[in-house]
Amino acid sequence: MAEATAGGAHETLETTRRDFIFIAAGAVGAVGTAATIWPFIDQMNPAADTRAMSTTEVNLSQIPVGQEIKAIWQGKPVFVRHRTPAEISQALRDDYAQLKDPQMDEDRTKQSNGSPGKAEWLILQANCTHLGCVPLPSFDPGYRGHYGGWFCPCHGSDYDTSGRIRQGPAPKNLYVAPYVYLNDTSIRIG
Amino acid sequence: MLRRIAIAAAVAAVALGGSAYAANEGRPPKDVHFSFQSPLGSYDMAAVQRGFQVYAQVCSTCHSMEHLSYRNLGEPGGPFAEYSVRNHQTGEMENRVGLPAGEHGEYVDVVNNPYVRAIAAGFQVPDIDQTTGEVTQRPARPSDHFRNPFANEYAARAANNGALPPDLSVITLARAGGAAYVFSILTGYTGEMRGTQYVNDYFPGRLISMPPPLASDGLVTYSDGTTATRDQMARDVAQYLQWAADPHMEARKTMGVQVIIFLLVLSALLYLAYKAVWRGQSH
Amino acid sequence: MSGSSTYEPKSGFTRWLDKRLPIIRLTHDSFVAFPTPRNINYWWTFGAMLSLCLGVQIVTGIVLAMHYQPNIHDAFASVQRIQRDVPFGWLIQNLHAVGASMFFLAVYVHMFRGIYYGSYKAPREVLWILGCLIYVLMVATAFLGYTLPWGQMSFWGATVITNILGAIPFVGESIQVWIRGGGAIDQPTLNRFFSLHYLLPFVIAGVVVLHVWALHEAGQNNPTGVEPKTKDDTVPFTPYATMKDLFATSLFLILFATFVFFMPQALGHSDNFIPANPVQTPSEIVPEWYLLPFYAILRAFDFNIGPIDSKTAGVFAMFASIGVLFILPWLDTSRVRSMRYRPAARWWFMIFVAVALALGWCGGQNPSTVLAQPGSFRATLNWIANGQTSQQRIQVASPAAFQAASDAAEAQLRAQGATMTSVVRESGTTALALGVSRGSPETRVITAATSDDLEAEITAAKAQIGGSSPFVAIKREAPFQFTVTRFAQLLTAYYFFFFIVLLPLLGLREKPNRVPDTIAKSVLGQTQGAS
Repeated sequence: MAEATAGGAHETLETTRRDFIFIAAGAVGAVGTAATIWPFIDQMNPAADTRAMSTTEVNLSQIPVGQEIKAIWQGKPVFVRHRTPAEISQALRDDYAQLKDPQMDEDRTKQSNGSPGKAEWLILQANCTHLGCVPLPSFDPGYRGHYGGWFCPCHGSDYDTSGRIRQGPAPKNLYVAPYVYLNDTSIRIG
Repeated sequence: MLRRIAIAAAVAAVALGGSAYAANEGRPPKDVHFSFQSPLGSYDMAAVQRGFQVYAQVCSTCHSMEHLSYRNLGEPGGPFAEYSVRNHQTGEMENRVGLPAGEHGEYVDVVNNPYVRAIAAGFQVPDIDQTTGEVTQRPARPSDHFRNPFANEYAARAANNGALPPDLSVITLARAGGAAYVFSILTGYTGEMRGTQYVNDYFPGRLISMPPPLASDGLVTYSDGTTATRDQMARDVAQYLQWAADPHMEARKTMGVQVIIFLLVLSALLYLAYKAVWRGQSH
Repeated sequence: MSGSSTYEPKSGFTRWLDKRLPIIRLTHDSFVAFPTPRNINYWWTFGAMLSLCLGVQIVTGIVLAMHYQPNIHDAFASVQRIQRDVPFGWLIQNLHAVGASMFFLAVYVHMFRGIYYGSYKAPREVLWILGCLIYVLMVATAFLGYTLPWGQMSFWGATVITNILGAIPFVGESIQVWIRGGGAIDQPTLNRFFSLHYLLPFVIAGVVVLHVWALHEAGQNNPTGVEPKTKDDTVPFTPYATMKDLFATSLFLILFATFVFFMPQALGHSDNFIPANPVQTPSEIVPEWYLLPFYAILRAFDFNIGPIDSKTAGVFAMFASIGVLFILPWLDTSRVRSMRYRPAARWWFMIFVAVALALGWCGGQNPSTVLAQPGSFRATLNWIANGQTSQQRIQVASPAAFQAASDAAEAQLRAQGATMTSVVRESGTTALALGVSRGSPETRVITAATSDDLEAEITAAKAQIGGSSPFVAIKREAPFQFTVTRFAQLLTAYYFFFFIVLLPLLGLREKPNRVPDTIAKSVLGQTQGAS
């Protein structure tokens, strides 16, 4: 009887030890598998050369008043718009209008180092904040907007002369691209 | 049949007798020790920095390193990588090149690295003027590839008596002796010449078209004050080229240690599990 | 699976699924309940490692294809970019490159195990042939993959191997151009090699499914080579074999990781870090280590066999050395499966393994390296000291007439009393015939260890003889040299001898040891007393 009890206790201890080994091996194996998966996911993230993509410099002296160019920065288009005085005053007037994403025009011409920019020059990332199409400027034949800025042909988002969203599905204003003035006639984006 | 083979073998032996294969190879590289050679060894970053200086001032006039960009110098594991480290005297965080042993620091993105920016700006690289469409020169940015000294292979050959200076991006991997080979070549000139070529016992064929690049002591003035003897410069540039060929070596070895320790633990556990499963089963 | 399944679905969903797609039942029967001989040893764990290797190669390969560019101008740089810029790219590329070597290491152990334990014998012939097919596909995939980095070895390896196809009679050249998509290895070749390199692993995976299917139909062999007879002879695959496989695979991973993290380039060749250059061949071209034995067989044929030239013979032998594996089940005539009970065959097998390794060594050496040289180089110098020299000009209209004129001149000099003659050719149509008469004939024999030394000594001797004689007749004799090529020829001979002569004859002549009746008996007999 006593012997049988001892044997039973031994058996239980043995089972516990076995279970512990299985659980430990399983857990360590699972951790290893999880850690192995990460490099295979991370490799699809931008590579170092892509991340360090160079800045873009734009010569402003070539852009007449009322026109814009699309500069390419990190593979994406950037609007560099030379605004007319009328466009500027309209943008300033609308600072206090009913805005979906309220922002002052002054903040939208700010340089990325924090110092104020110039009202004539608006530097915006050219992708609609809805689903990324490139909106058409007011002087484009396909422009069908009402606020004198940009109109997105994909889903009808209508931006004003400060690039703020006024109508349509886009949730945000066109993003200001980070830029600084290198001198009076050239800027560096990025 | 066997007899025929034997005869054929004898005939072939006569034909092949005394092949001069061995004379074609250079001497085995000098027995030089580098800190990165041991399984856990790392780079001597001060030497890599000095080596870059030698490359930039001497080698780069003829040799390209087309797979490297200036940013690589400031990326993690690079010789000019910046870290934000706490200054224990003032208690302030400050940026410094390299991580002091045993310190923790936040890696500073290479885009904000002033050293790399300055190094890059010291080189002129070709670009297209977007208003005229003409080829112009501008100071390099960190994202640019290392400046290629020649426009193309023909220009390189024309400037070097018909010889093509090889690209140095992976030179220590592309030569059997690795960094020791580079060191041996740089210090292996006998001083003799044959025509336009130089005698160098460590070079295959023993005649090399490259003039002795480290011809005299003090060719480079090291910014860290190290005396630039020829030996020192050769060692430093060899170390730099090894880093250039294998920039992730330190991360690789660190991860390797972790992986192997992990696998040893896993193997031990699996062995116990295996034994536990088979317990009581004769096999 | 033949036989009855022991799978019983437990939940409602698994019962529902089992009626519609019995995939859990299939998995259970194949990898859980599958009866495994209880005595299989660690040599049987390499199948699991090979599955792992195939998985690693496919996963890392798909990832690399996301970054690699199959373009002759960008391929080398794109591999460098993977190593330098892609997050963990260095790790993934190292895994892929080292993985190929590990794959072959495991497959060789797997194959040697199959040969030793007679795993190819009935009823496993198809299983074995499918395995051979997988191996051939692996070789093809590895070769195609080695081209992709577009280094010097990539380029010249591809050039040499596609030239091998040119040795096929009649259609060889057309096939060669067809494979390359042009006269040389170039952009079209790289593009198609990339495509095929991506495709073949999935073909391998398909054949692996057939291989495993055949395995599960015939059942696993075991070290005794005795088929399981009762339930006592087997254990369920899971957990018994699975745990053993997992443990062994974990050890295998340690070796794998050692290469990946501490010597990723050790198994490669430094020349492949030089971008491909179609106008300059590297001083020596060698394939990756796992193909060296076949490379040695290819190079061993440096002589023509009757109408078959040496190139064709070497290519044929190389293919035959793999091809012979396919018919191995019918070459081995022994009734006993496992070499454990075939003492004579076991010795010949050990020699075979050593020969295969030695062939690999030969493949990596310079073929003309002299391993042993029983004799020395000899030159016999004959001249006439203090003779009288006479000479005669030879001038002919065309080089074709030269031989006749020179023979005539020599005959004439001899007729005038010259005891030795020589013709010093000055151009295609002019020469000076020299004859020496009277004087005293002299002979000297020179021996040296190498031909270079011999030539140096001959030059010295000639200088010494100098003006006393106008010319010296030299007869050179090279000793027999046992070169790497000679060694490889012996090894190649044994390789084929083993398969074509030994295995058929041994099976008929040998006296095998007593084979146990059942697996259980052999296990109990050997491990009595142990737990």
